[in-house]
Amino acid sequence: MALNPMHQFEVYSIGPEINLGGINLSFTNASLFMAISAILILSLLFFGTKKKSLIPSKIQLITEMSYTFIAKMINDTAGSSAKAFFPFVFTLFMFVLFCNMVGMLPYSFTVTSQIIVTFMLAAMIFIGVTIIGFVKHGIKYLELFVPKGVPLVLLPLIIIIEIISYLARPVSLSVRLFANMLAGHTMLKVFGGFVISLGLLGGWLPLSFSVALTGLEILIAFLQAYVFAILTCIYLNDALNLHH
Amino acid sequence: MELEAAKMIGAGLAAIALAGAGVGIGLIFGNYLSGAMRNPSAAAKQFPNLLLGFALAEATGLFGLVVALIILFAF
Repeated sequence: MALNPMHQFEVYSIGPEINLGGINLSFTNASLFMAISAILILSLLFFGTKKKSLIPSKIQLITEMSYTFIAKMINDTAGSSAKAFFPFVFTLFMFVLFCNMVGMLPYSFTVTSQIIVTFMLAAMIFIGVTIIGFVKHGIKYLELFVPKGVPLVLLPLIIIIEIISYLARPVSLSVRLFANMLAGHTMLKVFGGFVISLGLLGGWLPLSFSVALTGLEILIAFLQAYVFAILTCIYLNDALNLHH
Repeated sequence: MELEAAKMIGAGLAAIALAGAGVGIGLIFGNYLSGAMRNPSAAAKQFPNLLLGFALAEATGLFGLVVALIILFAF
């Protein structure tokens, strides 16, 4: 059914069906749009750094801006010791941003509207940050669950709450991005459906609304990538600089 | 009550979470504006925090939407 607003989130395989040991490894539309985003990022960075002129061209300016944006963000939130994780955070930010932005094109597929994609990213961040914390601080990393200046009576309760909130990090990180993309794109399609069902006479109102919503969605697409990256930085900060 | 009807009611109830998100977003932007009016020179510096707060507040409402979708489509 073409008018179903959930139709856009359907994953289907393109080309031949590949089965390896019971796991379906076919090339789907999700993988296609992930590849498109990756190629776009690579070509932006390649052409942006090809001709390094003092007065930058537009593409070089965009590349430099994205670099300084992330570098400043890491420095502000996680301190200078997190400099080593710049490539990771930059890759994460660019991937999420380009997946969101490519998804804004009509008839395209939003990769980040699939919970499995965002959950894999978030789980990777969660496991990585935990490993970094234990490598850097050893068993003392567990002090993260014991806030300073809490009365001894409240401590057992606080520790349980802290552990639960730590374990909820990957869930909230992934669901935030997924739900924003899902809700936004569903809303756009619902308003698009209103335009058709109201016809030539009444369809102008939802159409203008749809234009405004597209602007909002582009803002949200950037914002969610930003939030995803900055929360990664905050988690890295917890792991690198304990109690600061 | 039929299961289908109960599902619909449950999904509608789960969407109430968006009211909280509305209150949160309103508080964030209202407080940012009143702070920016008092001290315009400090406003630009706090703009990233505004966006972060906006995104975080909006996401909590969308969790309710996810619950509604789970009720509707996953059960």
